[in-house]
Order: sequence, then C-alpha cells, then structure tokens
Amino acid sequence: MDKIIEIKNLSKSFGDKKVLEDINLYIRRGEFITLLGPSGCGKTTLLRMIAGFLQPDEGSILMDGKELAGVPPHERPLNTVFQRYALFPHLDVYDNIAFGLKLKKVPEEEIEKRVRRVLKLVAMSDYEDRDVETLSGGQQQRIAIARAIVNQPKVLLLDEPLAALDLKMRKDMQIELKEMHKKLGITFIYVTHDQEEALTLSDTVVVLNEGRIQQIGTPVDIYNEPVNCFVADFIGESNILKGRMIRDRRVAFIKHEFDCVDEGFGEDVKVDVVVRPEDIYFTTDPAKCQFKAKVNSCIFKGVHYEMWVDTDTGYELMIQDYDPYPVGSEVMLYIDPDDIQVMKKERLCNTLYGTVKDAETVTLLDADFPLKSGFEPGTEVKVEIPFEAVDLMDNLDDGIIDGEVHFILYMGDHYHLTIKTDDGDFLWVDTNDIWDKGDLVGIRLNPENSKKEIKITKKDEQAQ
Amino acid sequence: MKKFFAKLYIWVLLVVLYAPLVFIAIFSFTESKVLGSWEGFSTDLYRNLLTGQMQGNASLLAAVKNTVLIALVAAAVSTLLGSVAAIGIHNMKGRAKKAVTFLNNIPMINPDIITGVSLFLLFVFLHFSQGYLTVILAHITFCTPYVVLSVMPKLQQMNPNIYEAALDLGATPQVALRKVLIPQLRPGMVSGFILAFTMSLDDFAVTFFTRGTIGLDTLSTYIYTDARKGGLTPELRPLMTLIFLVVLILLIIINIRQDRLSKLKENR
Repeated sequence: MDKIIEIKNLSKSFGDKKVLEDINLYIRRGEFITLLGPSGCGKTTLLRMIAGFLQPDEGSILMDGKELAGVPPHERPLNTVFQRYALFPHLDVYDNIAFGLKLKKVPEEEIEKRVRRVLKLVAMSDYEDRDVETLSGGQQQRIAIARAIVNQPKVLLLDEPLAALDLKMRKDMQIELKEMHKKLGITFIYVTHDQEEALTLSDTVVVLNEGRIQQIGTPVDIYNEPVNCFVADFIGESNILKGRMIRDRRVAFIKHEFDCVDEGFGEDVKVDVVVRPEDIYFTTDPAKCQFKAKVNSCIFKGVHYEMWVDTDTGYELMIQDYDPYPVGSEVMLYIDPDDIQVMKKERLCNTLYGTVKDAETVTLLDADFPLKSGFEPGTEVKVEIPFEAVDLMDNLDDGIIDGEVHFILYMGDHYHLTIKTDDGDFLWVDTNDIWDKGDLVGIRLNPENSKKEIKITKKDEQAQ
Repeated sequence: MKKFFAKLYIWVLLVVLYAPLVFIAIFSFTESKVLGSWEGFSTDLYRNLLTGQMQGNASLLAAVKNTVLIALVAAAVSTLLGSVAAIGIHNMKGRAKKAVTFLNNIPMINPDIITGVSLFLLFVFLHFSQGYLTVILAHITFCTPYVVLSVMPKLQQMNPNIYEAALDLGATPQVALRKVLIPQLRPGMVSGFILAFTMSLDDFAVTFFTRGTIGLDTLSTYIYTDARKGGLTPELRPLMTLIFLVVLILLIIINIRQDRLSKLKENR
C-alpha cells in the first residue's frame, strides 16, 4: 500500500490539557480523508501539526517515509486552505495566487499560465484583477483553494473550508471539491465537524473525540457499523439502547429478543445496540411483527416523516419512514437482523481509585464521599460506582464535587450522561432527569437509586 | 430656543478654544516687540524667520531644527521598536500578555516630570554625558508605548491565519513578515509614527531633564528660557502660526483620505 503520510503515537498538550493522545494513522496517496469530530476534539490541532504550525509533544509524522518534525512549514510540500480563507487583503486575486510561485522564482510566463489554469479550475477566470475584499465568501474560498493548488502540493490540507458558507453554497462547493480531487489526483486531508459533509466527500473518515481516534473507516462502514455510542450518536440519527447478547446472533433489547448477525461477544454479555431510525419497519402482518408500539409524534421532514413511538415495553424509539402513521395509533414493527449493530460496552460502571479516610468516608477525586468501606483508614481502594448511583444536583452547593454535563446520550428510557468534573475527570451517570449540555451540576452519591451496590475493594487485591 | 442655546454653546466653546491661536496669528503680522500692541501691518517677522536675522534670540532656528530632528529620529526608532514589541505581545498568551500590556501602559499614565527626573537620574548614575543622545533615548522611551498601542488593534483585527498562510505558501518567516505582516500593519505603524512624532515635538519636561548642560535647546525649552529672560522673541509668533497651519493642513488631508477610504469600502 502506498502511504503518503504516516502518523505514529502522536500526542499533544496545551498546558495541562491533553488535546491529542496517541494518534496512529496512515493516509494513502491520492485519497480524500476527513478528520471528523465535534469542536475541541483535536482535529484542527492534528491538521496544524501536519502543516507544521505546531510541533508534536511525542510521536512522529512521516511523509513519504521521512520525518517531518523539524521541517519548517515553508519547506513542507503541502499547502493549506484555511477556514477563514486567509487571503492577503493587500494583494489582488492574481497576486494572491501567484504568491507561492513568485517565492519559488518560477518564470513570469509560467506563473501566468498556471494562475490562469487554476482560476479556470475554480471557475473564477475573469477575476484576476479584483481586490480580494470585494469578493463574496464563496468566491474568496475559491481563490484560497486556487492559491493552494497552484503550487501543486503533494497533499492539500483543508481546515473546515466551507464552514463559513451558507447551506446551498456549501453543497455546491462540496461537489466541486470532490471533482477537483478527482481531476488533480492530490491527497486531500479535510477537517470538518459536519458529519454529512464528511460522509459525502471522503474515501476515508477518521472520527475523533476527546483527542482520540474513535473509528477509521469508509463512510459506509462508519455509518453502518459504528464502534461505540459516540460514533453512533455523532454520525446520523440513531436509537442507542442497552442490550444483552444472549448468545451469538441473538440479542435482547427494549425487553424483546431479536436475531442479529453479530458474533463473538460471548453469552449473556451486556452490550450497546444501535438501530438507525430508517431501519425500523412498519408491518401489518402479525407474523412479521416483533413488537408493538404507539405513535407518540409524527413530524414531516421533507423527504420522510420522523416519528417517535412508545414501545409496549416502555421505551421510546425514533423511526423514519416515507409514510406517516397517525399519532395515537397502535403499530406493529420489526427490525432486520442486518440492521442491528451490536457494540461492546465501553464501561459497566464508574471505576475510581481513592483512599479510606475514616470508617464513614472515602477520599475520591480529591473530595470526601460518605462511604462505608470497612477498611482501615489510609487503605487505597478501588471503588466501582453504578451509573445510577451518581446523583446530580441543580444547586452546586449540594454536591460534593462540581462538574459540567459534557455529553448526553438518550438510551430509549433514560439518559446516559458524561460529566466532566472541575478537575477534568469523567463520571458517567444514568438518569431520568433532563439536563442540557453545558449545565453545571453538583455531584454526590446516592446508592439507594441503584439496584446494584457501590463496590469497594482493596486496590492491591485488584492488582493481583 | 433649546437649539439656539445648543448652538451658542458650541460657538462659545470654539471661540474660547481658538481665540489664542487667532490672536497670535493676527499679531504675527505686525512688528511690535511686545505681544498685544499693533504697530501696523508688516510681514517682516516672517522674513526674519526665513532669513534668520532675528530681532530677538537668533538660536530659535537651531531650536526648531533640533526639535524636528529629535522628533524624526525618536519617532522612527520607536515605530520600529513598538511594532516589533506589539507583534511579540500579540503572540504571548494568558498572564504574561496581560502583564506586559500593563507594563506598556504605565509609562503613558506616568507624569512626564517623573519620567524626566528618573531618566535624568539614570543617565547620571550611568555616567552618560547628556546631550542629543540622551534626549533621543528619552524620547524613544516615552514614545514606544504609544506605537505599541496603535499597532496592537491592527494585529487583533488581522486574520490570524494570514501569517501562517504565507509560511504555508513557502515564505520564510522573514519574507512573511516583510510581504504580508508589515503591509497589514502599515496603517497602525503610520499612525503610531505620527503620534510619536507629535509626542516628541511638544515634550518639555523630559527634554528639560535629559538635555544636559551643553546648551541643547528644542522649541519648548527655548521658549521656556526665552520667556524667563523677559519677553518672547517676536519671531515666535509667525513660527507658531506656521506650525498651526501645517498641522491644520495635515489634519484636513488625513480626514479627506479616511473619508475616501470608507466610501470605497461602502461601495463594495
């Protein structure tokens, strides 16, 4: 395989904050690869390190097998299209595009020929003498792309190039970018937070979150076979549900059993299940029906209708269908085994390490929690806290520690929240209460909420 | 009625502001030794000023020359220093940036007299012989913060990716600075230069303490000494009038240019 760029064990921190952790990735020559993730996931940092504007703390970036660290940006054979165009306002369109060629001392005639050619490619032929500030956003972006590709880089880096454009223009530019990629045969590395854009444009999508690669795959793979809840939730709409693998090819969720195609999870193992809303089908045939539900809401979305249904077992599911079903009606539903995506659970509970303070208290996350451990003071312990046993409070003073709602997942009958504490640690919470992303919460423990107990064991016992 | 008083107010204000200037301008056209007595129209004072054959102290022209020379050198050097400093501060982060910005603001708030005395003491302590060099150094010291202040907003307005775009296209940091950064900062640097020039031009306190004993005079110290000797040199009147006219014309030009620029931008 022809790898043009190889990234090995790359890490980067800004101050105390880890922005990228242990990134491993290779990029094939000529492919269109997209780094996709929510804002703050580290995708732009990764791009800036490839461009040379930032130096990695650890790890290496190889281009054609040669280490790039220490090579300053102006000597790297790649060019960047910036999010806010970054055209030079004091130069006209022609001089902007010719900037790189003039620095390389390319003969004047050659420059003129090449500038004309790229202007034609980006459909801006008559704009040579225009002042760049007189151009619209879309036109400026075309010039920015022209300015980069005129240098015939081996790799073109694009940092959310379409983010500032309106929807219609963005769609048109997407198609043009895709065509340009085909015509030029240059490797494109594209950064975006727009999952639809990523799926439309890319040969390969790299999904990033919290500085880590979540999944690498083709758009179809990423959509149909997300590896975890984050990817499933981030890419497209999905029903994410708690499930249990009964045996190979048989899974239980929403208190029903379904045939599926997944194997190798073991027997009676807790899993997460993803079902896309367009993969739940209505039927009138009682023999086909796997479960019944009542339509709760039905909204027209242009091409399809989006319906929320309450299952006979008390779960809420989203369904997309071309035909509407009246609100309040009883419907029969089924899911194809192919359309059930089973994922390994990332964690079964919160696992924290701390020390016993006294008979009634354990110090965890630098705070004192009232927990009876039965161990001597000073003992180092591992505490396993069920998701339900973490209690969130509106009033920060009621909590033992404070945090912020970081990520919300609706699991059909409850919310699974990721809470980031003030110190940057993560806790996961199952709750029926509705919180918004970014809400500040007080955190304490409430073992009575949970069917399972908080389990405290000696840390060294665990190590053995 | 309300309108009438509003208008009256502004006219009274303008008269109070400009009366002294007009007064001097009128009396620059008479040859009297003492300001205030009219001895018939004459342009002799202007002629004297140009030929250098003064009624009063003839070192006036030397003082003017010193003033302009010092202001030009101080403004040029502080524009250079201030611009570089602004770029540096702009690229700093967090607390360090705040601290340096704060330090930059202190000399501007600090009374001139304190700047002057402390510089004087510093030069004495270092055994610097005071003269041209010390005055210029002192002026650079108090002008530089103003340049920093007028370049900073340009840096903040600038698209932060522009410099990187230049590097990305193959420019070395020096070339990127010359071909991209400086053209972007030029308006701020020009206004910084003008600001520094005028600050230096009318400084008295700092110059007074750092000029030493070699008899170096700028316009302000000249007038001070002259006034103490009894009466101002009559040629000062045409000189003041000319300086005022030059400033007025400069201001008008700047305003017209700005108008044109903003109209150009609107038309886009």
